Amino acid sequence: MSVGTNGVGVQLDELTRVYGTTRALDGFTLHIEPGELVALLGPSGCGKTTALRILAGLDEATSGTVAVGGVDVSKVPANKRDMGMVFQAYSLFPHLTVLDNVAFGLKMRGKAKRDRLSRAADMLELVGLGELGGRYAKELSGGQQQRVALARALAIRPRVLLLDEPLSALDAKVRTQLRDEIRRVQLEVGTTTLFVTHDQEEALAVADRVGVMNEGRLEQLAAPADLYANPATPFVAEFVGLNNKVPATVSGGSASLLGVSVAALPGSVDGAGVAMVRPESVTVTADPAGASTVSSVSFLGAISRVHIMVPDGSTVSAQMASSAARGFAPGDPVTVGIEPRGVLVTRP
Amino acid sequence: MFGLFFLFPLYAMADFSTRNLIAGGRTWRAWANLFADQALYQAIVVSLLLAVFTVAAMLVLLVPTMIWVRLRAPWAKGLVEFMCLLPLTIPALVIVVGLRNVYLWVTYFLGESALTLTFVYVVIVLPFAYRAIDAALSAIDLQTLSEAARSLGAGWLTTITRVVVPNIWSGILSAAFISIAVVLGEFTIASLSGYETLQVQIVLIGKSDGPTSVAASLATLLFGFVLLLILSLVTRGRRNVGVTV
Repeated sequence: MSVGTNGVGVQLDELTRVYGTTRALDGFTLHIEPGELVALLGPSGCGKTTALRILAGLDEATSGTVAVGGVDVSKVPANKRDMGMVFQAYSLFPHLTVLDNVAFGLKMRGKAKRDRLSRAADMLELVGLGELGGRYAKELSGGQQQRVALARALAIRPRVLLLDEPLSALDAKVRTQLRDEIRRVQLEVGTTTLFVTHDQEEALAVADRVGVMNEGRLEQLAAPADLYANPATPFVAEFVGLNNKVPATVSGGSASLLGVSVAALPGSVDGAGVAMVRPESVTVTADPAGASTVSSVSFLGAISRVHIMVPDGSTVSAQMASSAARGFAPGDPVTVGIEPRGVLVTRP
Repeated sequence: MFGLFFLFPLYAMADFSTRNLIAGGRTWRAWANLFADQALYQAIVVSLLLAVFTVAAMLVLLVPTMIWVRLRAPWAKGLVEFMCLLPLTIPALVIVVGLRNVYLWVTYFLGESALTLTFVYVVIVLPFAYRAIDAALSAIDLQTLSEAARSLGAGWLTTITRVVVPNIWSGILSAAFISIAVVLGEFTIASLSGYETLQVQIVLIGKSDGPTSVAASLATLLFGFVLLLILSLVTRGRRNVGVTV
């Protein structure tokens, strides 16, 4: 079964999209390498879906260019762009069977009935729904519908695969399963993919690189681990992962906070500021003479969060294995420390 | 009780149309006249053609317009709805007077044929057809379905004919059948405009031949019932049957 497509590079350059007085995109630039999966992450209204729709040809940029495989496609209509798309809403055609849905794009390309049905069956096998070809959309669960939508998008051997929050309508367990499924299939077919989501866990789990968007601009584009460890801006630090905001002083490239000294990440301010500290970077030690006090413990399954009141009256959260957190109870005196990894310090 | 109330007039019509008023007993003469009376037969043909042309013109005009407005010009939805519902508020007499000048041009270009009533009938059926199609469009996620079709390579015409229309088929059928019923029941405009449609003939014949007039009326009613029955069966059937690509 041949499922692969040759990945192509995608270049979105200086895209601007204005709706009335609102600038949904404001000089947005993103380059995707051939075969790469890039996730666009950001809060509602940041412009991530607008960028995807402009790439798909379903919306038109006010200015800027869209190039696929080095060719400018800014003026090419959506039906000529050869892009497979999975939508946030269920988008299977209700009057067609699952098999006919998957074969639809191939019919539009004039493929012979035998070829298109064979290819559609292969795609359904790829997403693990080979036996459901004769059903209608209303007879499938939400997760199955999105799998079929993925098969339908891949059946046409798209040059670029576009995923517009495809998991947001699903429950948590199905979402995780399908997320992994999407990544498996994407790696198998090698199609250049743009995945739009507002769920940071989803973005970090599936993407080769994650782009964080804010107010129509790309704040940072980096590999998930790099993005998490070295946020370029306060917005990225705050949006990706939980953060403690701890008063700090930066001097000579190192930041002093909670009585310890750690490296200040590039982009940090000099002098007094607020450090963004990941909960997993906070260490807690039981200490009868400690100046801090445990205020509460939140059990989250395998991990727990211990919330501690520090001497200046503010609260910091520490994340640890639940087995370790069992040793703490509200009111316990503790000593708080910071693991020696860099922190980003911003203006208060 | 409701059925009795509804069926009794039909029974009375059937009884009257098969009664031999001179010799007594039963006769099918009035029903045979529907085909034997040349003027009545001609009027039936004209009315049926008017129904077909009106439905065709209405669908060609309304379906793409309503889809386009929902997808590309949602700001115009209120305006289109207002214009489509407007004929309900204007008395037929006023419409005839208002259209007199327009029809001078219509008859100048297209002749005196009663089939030119198609134009005014398209306007008359708009409120009913609009409601039926609007309800069907509201029941589907038009935006997502059409964008999915386009991303898979379908042009606008293909998107409308292969994706949207099959999913609003019940609404289109409703609009078509209601329009046929309206056209076959319309009297005022045809009469005031001087055209001989079925309803006008029924009134004319009624002055000299009551049973034939009633037979024609009953036939029209039964035709309407059959259409509604087909509508009900077809829309029920489509809930479980798909279309193969």
